[in-house]
Amino acid sequence: MLEKNLRVGVFVCECGKNIAGSLDCQKVSDYAGTLPDVVCSVVNKYTCAEPGQQEIKRYIKEQNLNRVVVASCTPRMHEPTFRNCVSEAGLNPYLMEMANIREHVSWAHLNDWDAATQKAMDVVRIAVARARLLQPQIEATIPVLREVLVIGGGVAGIQSALDLADAGYQVHLVEKEASVGGIMAALDKTYPTMDCSI
Amino acid sequence: MMDVGRHPRINLYTYSEVEDVSGYIGNFHVKVRKKARYVNEDECNACGECEKVCPIVGPDAFQQGFSSHKAIYMPFPQAVPSVYILDDELCLGHNPIACGKCADVCEKDCIDFDMEDKIIELDVGAVIVATGMDVYDPTEMDEYGYTRFENVITSMEFERLISAGGPTEGHFIRPSDQKTPQRIAFIQCVGSRSNSAVGNPYCSNICCMNTIKDSLLLKDHYPDIEITVFYLDIRAFGKGFEDLFIRSKQAGVNYIRGLPGEFFEDPRTKNLTLIAENTNTGEIQDYEFDTVVLSVGVIPRKDSDAVRQLFTLSRTEDGFFMESHPKLKPVDAPTGGVFFAGCAEYPKDVKDSVTQASAAAGRAQVLLNAGNISIEAITSECHTDLCSSCGTCVTVCPFNAIRGGDAKAKIPAEVIEAMCKGCGTCAAECNFDALSMKHFEDVQYLAQIDAMLEENHMDNILVFACNWCSYAGADLAGLSRLQYPATQRIIRTMCSGRVDSKFILHAFEKGAPIVLVSGCHFADCHYIDANRWTVKRVEKLWDKLEKLGIRPERLQLEWISAAEGQKWARTMRELEEMRAKVTEEEVTHTMQVLQEEREKAEARAAKKAAKKLTSKPIAVEAEA
Repeated sequence: MLEKNLRVGVFVCECGKNIAGSLDCQKVSDYAGTLPDVVCSVVNKYTCAEPGQQEIKRYIKEQNLNRVVVASCTPRMHEPTFRNCVSEAGLNPYLMEMANIREHVSWAHLNDWDAATQKAMDVVRIAVARARLLQPQIEATIPVLREVLVIGGGVAGIQSALDLADAGYQVHLVEKEASVGGIMAALDKTYPTMDCSI
Repeated sequence: MMDVGRHPRINLYTYSEVEDVSGYIGNFHVKVRKKARYVNEDECNACGECEKVCPIVGPDAFQQGFSSHKAIYMPFPQAVPSVYILDDELCLGHNPIACGKCADVCEKDCIDFDMEDKIIELDVGAVIVATGMDVYDPTEMDEYGYTRFENVITSMEFERLISAGGPTEGHFIRPSDQKTPQRIAFIQCVGSRSNSAVGNPYCSNICCMNTIKDSLLLKDHYPDIEITVFYLDIRAFGKGFEDLFIRSKQAGVNYIRGLPGEFFEDPRTKNLTLIAENTNTGEIQDYEFDTVVLSVGVIPRKDSDAVRQLFTLSRTEDGFFMESHPKLKPVDAPTGGVFFAGCAEYPKDVKDSVTQASAAAGRAQVLLNAGNISIEAITSECHTDLCSSCGTCVTVCPFNAIRGGDAKAKIPAEVIEAMCKGCGTCAAECNFDALSMKHFEDVQYLAQIDAMLEENHMDNILVFACNWCSYAGADLAGLSRLQYPATQRIIRTMCSGRVDSKFILHAFEKGAPIVLVSGCHFADCHYIDANRWTVKRVEKLWDKLEKLGIRPERLQLEWISAAEGQKWARTMRELEEMRAKVTEEEVTHTMQVLQEEREKAEARAAKKAAKKLTSKPIAVEAEA
């Protein structure tokens, strides 16, 4: 199943002190360099920042990388960032894999340097194993309808509906009760202006 | 309020509820039930003749039950739309012979006793959830005597009694004798900041300022009134808030730090005596009041579960809707294309509700303005050459995205890509490896498991964590700097439904001491109910492990939501205790047993395949 000529690059992020303060990023990077098909591994101060992203792009071109592993934060945060980054360097975005060594490692094991470093190395090894088997994918593009549904006609729903309608979108405001107004309509005066609620 | 009623680009559906939602970000299809109000909205001009002749009265909920309205009524004078509604539970007139007086006097023939609910179908690109809040009901907190003492009222009831549009036209009176009280107490944090079984642990945000406002209203109406506020802390942190607090104190309002412990009513005067300790001075004192106002907190809407299920939203531990990120995506729901505004997300005052509502509108516009968006390429596909047409995938798909799979008609399964959300349950349940998940394929998982266990396999717990809940719960634990042993390695799945039995057996065969499958709580599953298949699968595996002489406890199943960082950390600590007790001998035995088991199964499969090959020509001959 493994492709031939795999060339994996591993980018270990220090995230300032967020990661580097709790584990040995250089050791993780050195270890990554020993893993199968890894042709380069580097440590960045902030991989998500512009210089970090530039470095990924430069390595993709110079080293002819066809898989990228970013060892940094949760993919729930920066997966779109790094997918964009590698695709700007001409790589299919699905050939990038993240190893979460911040939320799941450095922040969770602040005072256990060796165990955190070992865990980060393991997490990177697992990510590289997956990256070697990643396949390019094509995303479907779908149109976005220019209408919006607002559920609830209290002060918040009213404000959202008005903003969106004023911006030119068709708004459908659904209110459970027989009138809009919600809790706000039942208040006499409201702070801090002490004026009428309706 | 008026503006939403007349805006050319706002379709207002009152007395309506969202009943069904399908589709996804950019393309939601919504069914709205517009309930019958028995009055034609387009025709009614609010003349009020119907109300005059209606013979039936019922309690007026808008006025907190302090006054009544007819069976046909206007919700409140400024209602939008300005249209009457008929309460079908009060009205006699479903049968016009019984009454029908309102219909007789309505010149525009607006009243229609046969009106039926209507279903309206909408197609929208984005959704704003602004479902609001409920007010804490102090009935359960009996120590303050809300159910027993007439002159104990809530802050919501106070609003109606002080309002010029209220039942007393703004003359504040107490319920027992309709006299204006001279001594009034406010008790703060009723139902909020509670550490007992009743009430809620969180701060409701608005009650301190609301009481300060109420005290100033009272002083404005009745300069000689004596007001005492019993509080834990006064939280006046917003712009201009401290000024109001100072004004209230300067107006003579007495603030006492401490909540009353005992509460009595004088049965003759209906006055209330309460005993409280002023925790600033240490003095314990009796106080007598004519009226006591309970400053009640904010709670999640009791009916918010319906909306939560429709959009597969999550709730934080306090019951309010959970945002995508507490700091960076505070108005985005975890479900793409859905945004929060107002108290649905957390208790907030008018200003913050308006601010968040504009933020939500702005976030929605970013999406609506984009024109096109791309959808992640995480969908399943069927390799028809391997498909047995058994139909299992069709049964388990929560989105009805697979058709075919008909064994009788020998139609193989086919995935409708646009409907597939990518949970991967079909791939996990398929016994023939015919279905695979793009970007989350079996070989990738098996390689991750191998990579994890190839070094120091005894030292770590293998955790499968679903992207939306458990993986996010682990993220939250990290974000909150909750510390736990560094002895687990996480493999992310989009849904726990993706965790194939063979991944788990493979992990044990390769020497995993403990395996945890973790996902969303029931009803929180991002893929409707895909995690029910996870349970079935794990239960089957427990049986299998037991039969093979492997302790089933080594396979753990846990539901951890994105809001449960604490639970994640606790689970990791508990599992570590469990892992430490697993011996090398036990794991070696498991590895041997499972290897033998796998080899036997492979031999059986090879035999069956060989038989199929040899039997095929015979079948063809028979048919011929």
